[in-house]
Parts: sequence; structure tokens; C-alpha cells
Amino acid sequence: MTGMTGEIARFDNVGLRYGPDREVLCDVGFTLHAGHFYFLTGASGAGKSSLLRMLYLAQRPSRGMISLFGTDAITLPRHRLPGFRRRIGVVYQDYRLVPHLSAFDNVALPLRVAGVPERDVVQPVKDMLEWVGLADRMEARPATLSGGEQQRVAIARAVIGRPELLVADEPTGNVDPDMAIKLLRLFEALNRLGTTVVVATHDLHLLQKVPGSLIMRLDRGRMSDPTGALRYPPRRENAQP
Amino acid sequence: MKPSMDDEQVQIPQRPLAPTGGPADPAPRRGGVLGRGEGKLAGWRAFGSGGEGVLVPQARLSGPTPWVIAIMVTITVIAAATGLALRNIANAAALDLAGGVSVQIIEAQAPIRAAQAQAAQKALLAVPGVISARVVPQAELDQLLVPWLGAGMSDGDMVPVPAMIDVRIDGAADGGRIAALRAALGRVAPGARVDAQSHWLAPVFEAMDSLRWLALSMIALLALALAAAVLLSARSALGTHRQTIEIVHNLGGTDAQIARIFQRSMGMDATLGSLVGLVLGQVAVVVLGARFAGLGAGLLAGGVLRPLDWAVVALVPAAAVALAMLTARLSVLIALRRML
Ligand SMILES: Nc1ncnc2c1ncn2[C@@H]1O[C@H](COP(=O)(O)OP(=O)(O)OP(=O)(O)O)[C@@H](O)[C@H]1O
Ligand SMILES: [Mg+2]
Repeated sequence: MTGMTGEIARFDNVGLRYGPDREVLCDVGFTLHAGHFYFLTGASGAGKSSLLRMLYLAQRPSRGMISLFGTDAITLPRHRLPGFRRRIGVVYQDYRLVPHLSAFDNVALPLRVAGVPERDVVQPVKDMLEWVGLADRMEARPATLSGGEQQRVAIARAVIGRPELLVADEPTGNVDPDMAIKLLRLFEALNRLGTTVVVATHDLHLLQKVPGSLIMRLDRGRMSDPTGALRYPPRRENAQP
Repeated sequence: MKPSMDDEQVQIPQRPLAPTGGPADPAPRRGGVLGRGEGKLAGWRAFGSGGEGVLVPQARLSGPTPWVIAIMVTITVIAAATGLALRNIANAAALDLAGGVSVQIIEAQAPIRAAQAQAAQKALLAVPGVISARVVPQAELDQLLVPWLGAGMSDGDMVPVPAMIDVRIDGAADGGRIAALRAALGRVAPGARVDAQSHWLAPVFEAMDSLRWLALSMIALLALALAAAVLLSARSALGTHRQTIEIVHNLGGTDAQIARIFQRSMGMDATLGSLVGLVLGQVAVVVLGARFAGLGAGLLAGGVLRPLDWAVVALVPAAAVALAMLTARLSVLIALRRML
């Protein structure tokens, strides 16, 4: 694992503009260290989703440097991107479930894409769906699931492959506070197993629920580091399992 | 104990979490016996293994795509068969007539005419390359003339009718051969007129040629329409799956993987549609062929399709399938290129 370097991702002077307008993100720089739990906060429209899109390789920055798992992600040839994407689990703000696939098949998708033999797919997917409380909805299509249920399917899909980096964009936006905390615990459990977690949210209550988490703040496209924790991350005993 | 959301101590399920085909290894593993017939998963089969990953819903024959292709293939098959049959008719007729030469002995007095005809026949048969020379009997000539002159008119010598000799030579009756025949006739029947039969039929051949071109351009136009139909339906099918393509792409699906899935699915639809179209088209062609055979017309008999022609006709659906798959593949790859 590249966790050996202790560095999962690094942004340097990253700027992003959509079209000719002003930059949506400006001079963003930070380092994500392996095994930590990060929150990304900021007002609506501050650029959280845009930043995460670059982090999970769905968007190239307009300028600056991004390195992922110790590799320069900007100059990475196209054919190597899928391999990197498979190491990152993503919970999209809008879920992005495949509409005609059952909850089961949606969660199984990352494993199948990675070519995991079918016999190694079934049980883990069942366990995972059970785990997010959807054991009895495995065969349901996304359209027949509630918003919160869809969100849980999306989360199950993001973590099923036990990614090295988990990126979640407002993963608790559509669930009640109790479920939000349960889902957060899922992320924590995954984090304890070595996954670096980045959760974007504007729900400030969530921040206090994860002890030891680090906070990044975006303010109209600029990064601030209110706790200084980005530059001087605290040591964690279980950061490297 | 099964882990669940209600547990105080959250435990990640131990078995699940998955692959990691080596950190920077984008290539999907080539599994062998992936999930064949695993109950409800059967439709999936091996996604990344080069197997028939089926990510798109299998709307076999329920969507418009296969039917559009079926109709276009039917029409194109009929047009192709018709064009080929026309070409065969024209070729058979040409072959039949190319070696035909008519010799007319124009002589007002019947006895001299008959004598000259006999002598000419002998002289013609002596020319190398002449297969046959047949003096057309008077009765036959009269028959031919009835529509023109009315029954009984050619009787006697009221209207002198030239004697006709129908000559077949091996090879085409070109200027040189005709000249040789004339030379042979010079002594026995100096007033004889020698004409290649194809000369008489030139207008017929021109008409046939136009028909042939018409058939060819019809085939070309229909092939274009078929290509357009296939293209449009492949693209519209992909339009509806754009979201799926994006998701699989974001989950680390390779371009080749995703293209393969859609190419296969489109290939299935196109194959079904093409087969239906081929069957319908062939039924129509066979029925038409039987009708024309019923006419018993000599020329049309040359219009049967030969095995090679059937092979050409069978190329129509094959080309439709190939085009559909190619379109699907290219559309997906182009869409993916735009995605980073
Ligand atoms: N594809 C796009 N094209 C043009 N502008 C965009 C695009 N995506 C985002 N933006 C703009 O970029 C800015 C940041 O958007 P972004 O979605 O990153 O914000 P956010 O912090 O995630 O907001 P929210 O909390 O509401 O999700 C916004 O002003 C938005 O209008
Ligand atoms: Mg957002």
C-alpha cells in the first residue's frame, strides 16, 4: 500500500474553473494522510463537491498539482485511471445508482467491475446490505427505495470493495439523525481497518461525532485550516493497520 | 452473530471487502468460470472476464431497435435479391443472344429463295465455329407475322417474306465473325443480310441495363438507410444508458470493458432483428420467384438466384449486425473519451 508513505493524496496550488468564469476553487493545497478521518465543510456552493470530484478522478484541475497514492494524478495516462478509481470508494451527493439494477446488483457492481469471481461476490454483498439495514430490500430497484435507503445502498456500494480512500459527498443528507450517526459509525469502522475517509458535509453536528477527525474548511473556493490539523496531523496509533 | 445497524459495537463484515487486484493494476482479472447460471445472477455472467457481462437491461425484441433493423433488412434483402435476379436475367439473355446470328435471304421468288436458303445453310455449317444453322420453317415465320399482317396474308407471294436462318456460333457475334459468315455466303446467296441478334435487341439490353442500375442504386440507397437506422438506434440505445456508462466508468470500469458490454447488447438486438428481417425477406423472394416461374417466360427463367447470390443476400443482415456493433462500440468510446 501507498499508505507506507503516509500520504494518500496531496493538492498543491490547485485551481478549478468551469468555463471562462472566475475560479470555483483557488490555490487549494492540503495533504491527506493515510488512516485519518477528514471532514470537509463549507457553505453551499463553496466548492466541496468540485474538490471531491478532482479527488476521485472525475475532474481535472485547471491548474496545480494533484498526487494520489504517491503518483502524479495529472499526468497519469488515461488507461491507468480505472486502476486508481478502483482504490477509491465514492458516495455521490446524488447517489448515482444504476436505475435498472437491484440494490444487490448495485452494491455488487464495484466487485464485478474489478473482476471478482461471482462466488466471492454474493455473500459479501448480502452481508453488507444486511449491515446497512437493507437485508429485506436486496431485490428492490432504486426507484422503489426511499431517499435514505438509496443513500445507504450508495454507501454500501462505496465501501464494499474496502477502498483505500473513501470519499463521501453529503452522505447523510437524506437520513434521520439516528441513521446519520449509524452511517458515520460505518465509516469509522472502515477507517479503523485502514481506509482514509473524507466526508463533505455542512452539518456541523456531525463533526463532533467522530473523535479524532480532522476538519478542512472551504470558504468560497479557498481552503482554510481552522485547527491547523492539516499541516500537523495528530498521530494515531491505529492509523496503519 | 450477524452484524447489524443496531449493534452498539459497529463491526465491518469481515469477509466482504474485496478485490485489490494489486494496487495499480487496472486490468480486470481474467476469471474462468465466473458465475455461470448462478440463479438470479445468471444474466450477469462474468463482467470483467471477457464474458458476456450484461449490465444493460436485456430488452430483447421489446424495444424499437430490433424491429427497425428487421424492417430495413427485409426491404434490403428483397431489393438485393431483385437486383441480382435482374442481373442474372440480363446476363442469361445476353449469353443466349450473343452467339445468335440471323441470316435473311431476301428474294422475291419463292423457289429461288428456298434453294438459296438450303445452300446458305450448308455454306454456313461449313464455317468453323458455327454450332448450328437452322432454316426457320415457313410455318413458324407465318406465325411470327400473323400479328402484323393478319392471318393468311403471307400465303402465296402476296407479301414476299425473306427466308430466315437462325445461326448459333461459339462465342460472341462480333464484327469479325459476322464478316466471315458474309464471306461464306457471298457465293451462294449474294443478297443475304447477316445480323447479330444482339443488334436487334440493343434497346432491350439498354432497358435491362437501366433496370440493373436502378436495382443497384436501390440497394445502395437502402443500405444507406439501413446504416442510418442502425446508427440512430444504436445511439439512442446508448443515450438511454448514458448514466449507466458514467457510473461504471466512475467505478473503475475500463473503456474496453464498457464498450464490450454495449457492443454485445447491441449485437444481440441487431442479430435478432436481422434474422427476422432475413427470414421475412427470403420468404418474400421465394414467393415472388415461384410466381415468376409460374409465368414460364423464357427470359425470366434466367432470373433464378444462384448459391453465390444467396450468399450476397445473406451478407445484408451480417453487415447490419457488424455495423450496429461497430456503431455501439465507437459511440461508447467517444462518450467515454469526453469523461476523463
Ligand atoms: N459543472 C459545473 N459547471 C459550472 N459550474 C459549476 C459546475 N459544478 C459546480 N459549479 C459551480 O461551482 C461552485 C461550487 O459548486 P460545488 O458543487 O462544488 O459546491 P458545494 O460546496 O458542493 O455545494 P453544496 O454544499 O450545495 O453541494 C458553484 O458556484 C457551482 O455553481
Ligand atoms: Mg456539493
